Amino acid sequence: MTEKGASTKGASTPGAGEGGGAAAIRVILPQHLRTLTGVDGEVALELREPVTVRRALDALEARYPVLRGTIREYGTGQRRAFLRFFACETDWTHEAMDAELPAAVAEGREPLLIIGAIAGG
Amino acid sequence: MSRVRVLVGTKKGAFVLSADGTRKDWEVSGPFFAGWEIYHVKGSAVEPNRVWASQSSGWFGQVIQRSDDGGATWGPVGNKFAYEGVPGTHQWYNGTPHPWEFKRVWHLEPSLTDADTVYAGVEDAALFRSADGGATWEELAGLRGHGSGPHWQPGAGGMCLHTILLDPSNQERMYIAISAAGTFRTDDGGRNWKPINKGLVSNFMPDPTAEVGHCVHHVAMHRARPEVLFMQKHWDVMRSDDAGENWREVSGNLPTDFGFAIDVHAHEPETLYVVPIKSDSEHFPPEGKLRVYRSRTGGNEWEALTKGLPQKDCYVNVLRDAMAVDELEECGVYFGTTGGQVYGSADAGDNWAPIVRDLPAVLSVEAQTIP
Repeated sequence: MTEKGASTKGASTPGAGEGGGAAAIRVILPQHLRTLTGVDGEVALELREPVTVRRALDALEARYPVLRGTIREYGTGQRRAFLRFFACETDWTHEAMDAELPAAVAEGREPLLIIGAIAGG
Repeated sequence: MSRVRVLVGTKKGAFVLSADGTRKDWEVSGPFFAGWEIYHVKGSAVEPNRVWASQSSGWFGQVIQRSDDGGATWGPVGNKFAYEGVPGTHQWYNGTPHPWEFKRVWHLEPSLTDADTVYAGVEDAALFRSADGGATWEELAGLRGHGSGPHWQPGAGGMCLHTILLDPSNQERMYIAISAAGTFRTDDGGRNWKPINKGLVSNFMPDPTAEVGHCVHHVAMHRARPEVLFMQKHWDVMRSDDAGENWREVSGNLPTDFGFAIDVHAHEPETLYVVPIKSDSEHFPPEGKLRVYRSRTGGNEWEALTKGLPQKDCYVNVLRDAMAVDELEECGVYFGTTGGQVYGSADAGDNWAPIVRDLPAVLSVEAQTIP
């Protein structure tokens, strides 16, 4: 079993890397984005390995174009300042967008959480 | 009988207030987009059931919503507002250059002739247009590119393009206003712009009569006389009779000439409304009395309208886009407050009553007259 926070890097995933195998992941959106997309509960996404925040967001925005610009800035592609990414009880906010997420996320056992920072009213 | 629809944007959602022509019994629907800041909601004059809303959030950025059934149901449209070319810099609060960064849409102005065309005034100040029902947006970059952009500076609320006036008699002409840059006019459909601020005096500026830098809060016109403009500046109520080429002060006997909102009676081009606010550091009415002031002489001579408005212990503000008029025979006037009240008058301001009392802080009010 993969430890919480452990990366899939080095895991025995045949064909991992560009053009790697398919992964089915789960994403939990903050409430306002669930309302915006009409999603009730989690979002299930399929994407190619390696599973990264960037790839997850690419797949998310492809499924729900209304999310474009709401998580990442147009133009720069940077995370919006008051959003954070968590996986396996670990803060991934400041990791590189192309860093591999934990195997538990890539294997769908744990969700990738997008969370609105507790700020302001 | 015609109906009236009042579109209200607040700090935490949008509301639609509806009534028949008597404007006595109101139906309140909403909140739509609960929890989001709704800077502006406005309906199309071409297709009144097409309504646009600017939905924004410090967390999630900008979304534009469109309704095609008068605000009953909504769907998101395009939200990509990309400045044309290299955005360049404007002045920051301390006078240093600061890069242009998109923050939000303050004002949506539907075309007077095409239901799929709508203009958006944004912060940092720029003008965008969509000609495909909101799916895509393009900047009318001649405004920022006309030369004075590096000298524009944000007001306390940000560097926002908050006013867009379309000339009903000339599709090539429009006016916009920016805090704190001033007022600009195009006569060629938005390709080229000129600042029109001659006569404005802003004593907080190093050069009080400079071509740009004025904190214009709002500008209004009567559609039958689009060359006559009325302005609520940071301080001073102003008037131009020549499409903004020259301005003169018409504050007259107002108790204070600071304020945000200004509007014109639907049928009387010389009848104006303002809500005087005590000062730029005390954003509430003088003496705790909420008074709309009306001039029937195009300015200078003002009367206080108080019937039905709180005349003690009232310390709300009325923001720049939070006043509107309907077009019924007896002109209705509406305004919203930062305390969450929306007041309406069905007799041109003589008598007022709250339509709703306890909304979130009101950012904008628009009125539609539905045949």
